[in-house]
Amino acid sequence: MDIQLEYFLILAAALFCIGIFGLVTSRNAVRVLMSIELLLNAVNLNLMGFSNYLDPGEIKGQVFAVFVITIAAAEAAVGLAIILAIYRNRDTIDMERFNLLKW
Amino acid sequence: MIGTALGVVLLDKIVYSAFLLAGVFLSISGLYILLNADFVAAAQILVYVGAVNVLILFAIMLVNKTENFQEVKGRWIRQIATALVCFGLFALLATMVLVTPWQLSVISPAIIENTIVTIGKHFFSDYLLPFEVLSVLLLMAMVGAIILARRDLIPTAQKTREIYTTSLTLPEKPRDLISSGK
Repeated sequence: MDIQLEYFLILAAALFCIGIFGLVTSRNAVRVLMSIELLLNAVNLNLMGFSNYLDPGEIKGQVFAVFVITIAAAEAAVGLAIILAIYRNRDTIDMERFNLLKW
Repeated sequence: MIGTALGVVLLDKIVYSAFLLAGVFLSISGLYILLNADFVAAAQILVYVGAVNVLILFAIMLVNKTENFQEVKGRWIRQIATALVCFGLFALLATMVLVTPWQLSVISPAIIENTIVTIGKHFFSDYLLPFEVLSVLLLMAMVGAIILARRDLIPTAQKTREIYTTSLTLPEKPRDLISSGK
């Protein structure tokens, strides 16, 4: 087989780590949402790799990938609505200044 | 693809990173086609590039304010620590992937002629309940997003008026008009 499973898994791991790095360090709230999308895509890539190489007969991994895509779309819509509401209240999208819940 | 993903996280202008995110989604869809999954590749392009990315671009346009983020003390230390942790996590995952002996299936992956038929059978036989719950969740997300993003209604501004207007404008005002009038 030409392309091995390990390559896909390592690629997904790299994508996941980049997503976590962006999730923690970025200060723009929209960029945080983009990082979450990167995380979900990495998980999807894992699912598809396992589905193709370990379970090619009945592709249940693809079914789960479709579920994850749908959840990601719903999450993006709700997250952007939350960001819009916060932007109207606080007049900023800086993650360091969302300190309403700080004790 | 790794370069575009790094660009999403590291670039300064957020519009560029949104377009690079589209590049990441497109390349992931190409990888899906390499993995014999044409339906999920098409769904990836439709949902992510067509819907999510356009939504993110609209959000960037709506909250677009060039603000200089004020400096936070110890930010560089935080970034370097996060980078170290992420690199360690990547090293851990990579060693796990390379060490584990995967029990690869001996069946050829191209055994399924039509993946859409197989996915549809899964959806309507053994994954029927998650499928229906997912539709309810999409409805909930839509209603929640509309309620969250709606502007606040201000009915008191209209009560002083004696004659109700017959125009089709909604009795609502954006909050910044009210706050600037004070």
